[in-house]
Amino acid sequence: MPVRLNRFEEEMLHGKYGEGVSLAMRVLVGIGETFDAERLVDITRAHVSSSSQDADIWFAEKMADLGTTCRVPPTLNPNFDFRYIDDHLFETPEKGKAMITATNEAYKKLGAIPILCCTPYFEQNVPGFGEIVAFSESNATVYVNSVIGARTNRESAQSALCAAITGKVPEYGLLLEENRRGEVLVEVEADIRSEFDFQLLGWSYPLKHDGFEIPVFTGLKEKPSPEALMNFGTQLNTTGVVPMYHIVGVTPEAPTLEAALGGDEVKAKVTITKEDIEKTRAEFYRKPGKIDFAMLGCPHLTLSQVAGIARLLEGKRSMVPIILLTNSLTREMAQRMGYLKVIQRAGGHLIPGTCVDIPSCWAPFQGKTGVTDSPRCAYYNELLNITFNIMPIEKCIGSAVLGEVVE
Amino acid sequence: MNGTVRDTFKCRKISGGRAEGPVLISKDRVCFYLAEPGSGKIMEKGHDLEGKSIAGKILVMPSGKGSSVVQADGLYKLSKCGNSPKALIVKEADTVLVSTAIILEIPMVFKVEDGFYRKIENGAIAKLDADNGLITLGGH
Repeated sequence: MPVRLNRFEEEMLHGKYGEGVSLAMRVLVGIGETFDAERLVDITRAHVSSSSQDADIWFAEKMADLGTTCRVPPTLNPNFDFRYIDDHLFETPEKGKAMITATNEAYKKLGAIPILCCTPYFEQNVPGFGEIVAFSESNATVYVNSVIGARTNRESAQSALCAAITGKVPEYGLLLEENRRGEVLVEVEADIRSEFDFQLLGWSYPLKHDGFEIPVFTGLKEKPSPEALMNFGTQLNTTGVVPMYHIVGVTPEAPTLEAALGGDEVKAKVTITKEDIEKTRAEFYRKPGKIDFAMLGCPHLTLSQVAGIARLLEGKRSMVPIILLTNSLTREMAQRMGYLKVIQRAGGHLIPGTCVDIPSCWAPFQGKTGVTDSPRCAYYNELLNITFNIMPIEKCIGSAVLGEVVE
Repeated sequence: MNGTVRDTFKCRKISGGRAEGPVLISKDRVCFYLAEPGSGKIMEKGHDLEGKSIAGKILVMPSGKGSSVVQADGLYKLSKCGNSPKALIVKEADTVLVSTAIILEIPMVFKVEDGFYRKIENGAIAKLDADNGLITLGGH
């Protein structure tokens, strides 16, 4: 069945609004046909996981050169603040700088909003319950679906940009009520409470159940913080592909187990034991001993996390650089509230708009060893041969102050 | 297959266009990032196509794999070097593969009639008309 288009959509497809809009429509209709969508629907928000890598730059430049702009201006993922890094840490490779500059210029022409942040759902691009959006960046996709109850499919950077350009997405998958119900029942026996516990749980679940079904988690003893939920969704999408989950009694589409399952049969049952979690925790200590740096903020640190780090660093002096990644809004607030000076005096760097996964820019860290609280940060950087020990933020800071991994 | 016998199979278009070339079949899902852009050779260890070049082929595969960034980047680099497949015939497609094929103008189809998978063999010449949803298999 072809996707049904209204007159305006037909006109966009056939070039009335330019070749860029037509190309974007071809992509959306192609996706719609693949997934048997009956029609396109309007979006009200978009977030594009611009990666500043070759294909991303090429496509953004191609669209910009065609004179295309976005009907729904999307927010953008972080890349690399080489001005700060050059002044304080190391000389960014020229190739990296050129790629970042090209990315920023192309997206500027498209009318995108350079929040340069991977957690737009906290402050700068926050959908409401039931709102239809196009969010790429897997940690954002899963957060807005699961924690907020907004509706998006797992978009690629390119498909999200096409949605932003046209203001449309094909209606399929997680946009439809019947596809949002829980399918796998997960009983969490392990005691999961802290923000770091949720990193461990998020990493461990897909290793026990490898599938695209929507999991429903039960047995959690405490209501997780927004940061814990941010960590959880991020790691679920590092070892697995989980664009949506439910936690009974916590997430909005799961007030009860029955509501989460929507009357459907459970396809599989999984138990996460204390042993599963401890196995992951042990595996996260990869290279104990001396470290070269600490890196926190994958995804970006929130103001409350920055405040916690400032408390830990009060009056201390770190042996190695502490790299803290966040967005410019949080950095500004940290400055106003006095956290920034505490962090800087202790040898910390609170850097805006920067992502751990920009290989062309982080290349000078090749072969080094660090600590991080984020398994995803460690995973991405394996390609660059940067080794990370993964531990809670308090321990990362303790290790940095000491210059070696604390037990 | 006999060079004079022709078989035509219906399919569904994902990315439009026409292409003709030798068939290469992969039993495994393909991540284009793990192909060498300069040669089109699949470098992934243990992959069904390890060491074989997908350049200029009508690539028949179950589906793609890999994150949105790497999959788009991989096919882009192959295209830029002139070593991308001429067309893709898949059993399943994901959002990333669909958007990548369309923006790089590589014809792609799915839902091919049953008999097709029994008939095809490596090296046979396939003619793909994605716009009209037709694949014609010729001889070697």
